[in-house]
Amino acid sequence: MFIKLKSNFNFMKYRKIALGLSLCLIISSLLLLATRGLNFGIDFAGGMLFQLEFDSPLSVSEIRASLDEAGFGGAVIQPYSDRGVLIRVKSDREGDQKKVLDSLRGSTGKDFRVLRAEMVGPVVGSQLRKSAALATVFALLAMLAYITIRFRLRFAVGAVIALVHDVIITLGIFSLTFQEISMPFIAGMLTLVGYSINDTIVVFDRVRENLKNPKGMAFVDLFNSSINQVLSRTINTSLTTFFPVLALFLWGGKAISDFSMALLVGIVVGTYSSIYIAGTVVVEWNMRSRGKTLSQGR
Amino acid sequence: MPRHERWKIILILVILIASVLAVYPPGEKIKLGLDLKGGVHILLQAKGTPDNPITGDSIERLIAVLRNRIDQYGVAEPVIQREGGDRVVVELPGLDDPEAAIELIGKTAMLEFRPVVDVTPAIPREPERQNYDTDEEYQSALKRWQEYRDQSLSLEEELRVRSQSDPSFTVARGEDDRIYLLGPAEVTGKHLTDARVAFDNLGRPVVTLKFNKEGTDLFDELSRENIGKQVAILLDGVVISAPVVQERISAGEAQISGRFTTDEAQRLAIMLRAGALPVTVEILETRSIGPTLGADSIRSGVKAGLIGAALIFIFMIVYYSAMGLVADISLVMTILLLLAGLASFKATLTLPGIAGIILTIGMAVDGNILIYERIKEELRSGKTVMASIDTGFRKAFITIIDANLTTLFAAVFLFYYGTGPIRGFAVTLSIGILASVFCAVFVTRVLLRILISKRQKLLFPASKERS
Repeated sequence: MFIKLKSNFNFMKYRKIALGLSLCLIISSLLLLATRGLNFGIDFAGGMLFQLEFDSPLSVSEIRASLDEAGFGGAVIQPYSDRGVLIRVKSDREGDQKKVLDSLRGSTGKDFRVLRAEMVGPVVGSQLRKSAALATVFALLAMLAYITIRFRLRFAVGAVIALVHDVIITLGIFSLTFQEISMPFIAGMLTLVGYSINDTIVVFDRVRENLKNPKGMAFVDLFNSSINQVLSRTINTSLTTFFPVLALFLWGGKAISDFSMALLVGIVVGTYSSIYIAGTVVVEWNMRSRGKTLSQGR
Repeated sequence: MPRHERWKIILILVILIASVLAVYPPGEKIKLGLDLKGGVHILLQAKGTPDNPITGDSIERLIAVLRNRIDQYGVAEPVIQREGGDRVVVELPGLDDPEAAIELIGKTAMLEFRPVVDVTPAIPREPERQNYDTDEEYQSALKRWQEYRDQSLSLEEELRVRSQSDPSFTVARGEDDRIYLLGPAEVTGKHLTDARVAFDNLGRPVVTLKFNKEGTDLFDELSRENIGKQVAILLDGVVISAPVVQERISAGEAQISGRFTTDEAQRLAIMLRAGALPVTVEILETRSIGPTLGADSIRSGVKAGLIGAALIFIFMIVYYSAMGLVADISLVMTILLLLAGLASFKATLTLPGIAGIILTIGMAVDGNILIYERIKEELRSGKTVMASIDTGFRKAFITIIDANLTTLFAAVFLFYYGTGPIRGFAVTLSIGILASVFCAVFVTRVLLRILISKRQKLLFPASKERS
């Protein structure tokens, strides 16, 4: 059984609309980031995190009362089952870990098992933020360089603009949902970058190949037919990547849900941007630099 | 089957068997990170002072003392390594009490014996209203208490002034909150040969000490000069007890009794045996994961991976039929190779690493999809099946390399800038990329050729019309 997917959709016809949509998304994401910000977990913000499993069910207000009494007001308390709870405390002083646990044991009158106890000092948090940013920037630069070598600068610029687009929108969605961000999120972001560029390159590769034999086609039409030629691959790969990431999001546990959510968003946005954002940049650039047509290039 | 194909099949079989051998049994062959097997991770920052700056040597000595302490505490396979210029990472698998670990490795454990010159009286507890019958009684008690406290505070101030007069004097706070004015440190932890936990006649834990030759002489002298007076025992600058010397002690033995539990006494004895840290340390980060949480993470990771893989299996077979099955076989081999790679590089599998494997499952079939779509295009252009496969592989190859190399860049930078678990992810992703490219361009091709030679029509029903 062969499913025939021989489409001929005029993607580039809607590029202005897509560009408008993307601009709206980017602007609202940036506004969200500026006003609401991101919900940094202890990896980046410093502080303490406890995952406790009580012997008997306990209400959030009981826990809060006990923590307030011990001087840890403003703790973030998230139950994930009727006995399990995640507690985030701002302090990063040595010895406070014990204090939090002792006060919970003392005043709630219930015993619990400590599944996880983490403390990150402010120095480490700010370093992690810095290295996360550096890793992202250098990865982007490396890709820019590689695509420039393998294709042409305009392709590379298109691809990187698409990536920045993906990163900003994903961050915007994390700001909107206020999902906590921890170290695995950075891994998710960089994988997203890798995935999105992957998609873009497949399109570019086909454009480059078709340019060797342009058959007198206008560049924009050539781009369009290239996108259509790789469309079934784009859709299939997006699906096959989406399946396991969705399974990871649903069943993989809370500890890496920020990773899988970043990728879920990234796969959708990345697939769209590799067609519309990367493509549009190259097409528009090409239209503005007449005379030096791409078919004379590599 | 063509003769030159045969060695390729043999090669694949050899790799397959080697991979299985490398991975089996997975419980032993794959090294798990602390986040999966449970344990305590601590990041220490060495703190230098002008007289005692941080040097490569002092960090080496710090690590040696830490290793000594941890070994004596009885942790299997600890990791103690330097990170950057002045940091040390300590990983203690299997331990689930971060407080004990921090106590054990975060304390300098500098032991000193100093003669007590003077000491402030202990301040009693502030009176509480409920213990008095009338308000007047309470008020006068409170007043007496305040006067007493003020006296004590002014005495403390006086002691501090006196300590300025003699450079060998020092002021220290006791665990009982008294303030001590102390003479020079005559005997220190350097003079110890052994420290053990014992119990006094009331059954309380004490730490018994044995001094070396020099220490025995010094301690003899200290006790002789201070008969009837107090000698303070300080740990990291805090007076933990200040017994009155009853008689001259020349046997080179002493004992510390303080307000500690048996566990605390045990740790103190270990620290005294292992020696004081050459520099003080600050704890920057601690992470402790209980073993149940790690096991849960593995279970949910495996579940998510299996469900994801099952969805892909079904999708590929529905969409590409027999070619899809070939892709599925190649996917299984990719995962096997990835696990074998992890096992043979002795890479650590972390929770993000599991996520990396699951992601690889999704991205690995991309190579197959690229190739298959290409083959379909070639078939549509009227080429024969064999020619379509060859051209399809050739044309898709460049794309696969370009697309995967860029993802590899991301993984490399992630490895370079990431720490611990994230590095685990970067490693899995990198090995996954290499394994999937190999399986897509080599294994799939061989498998397809075998299938075609057997059952051409099953594979390409679309080509039937043309042939």
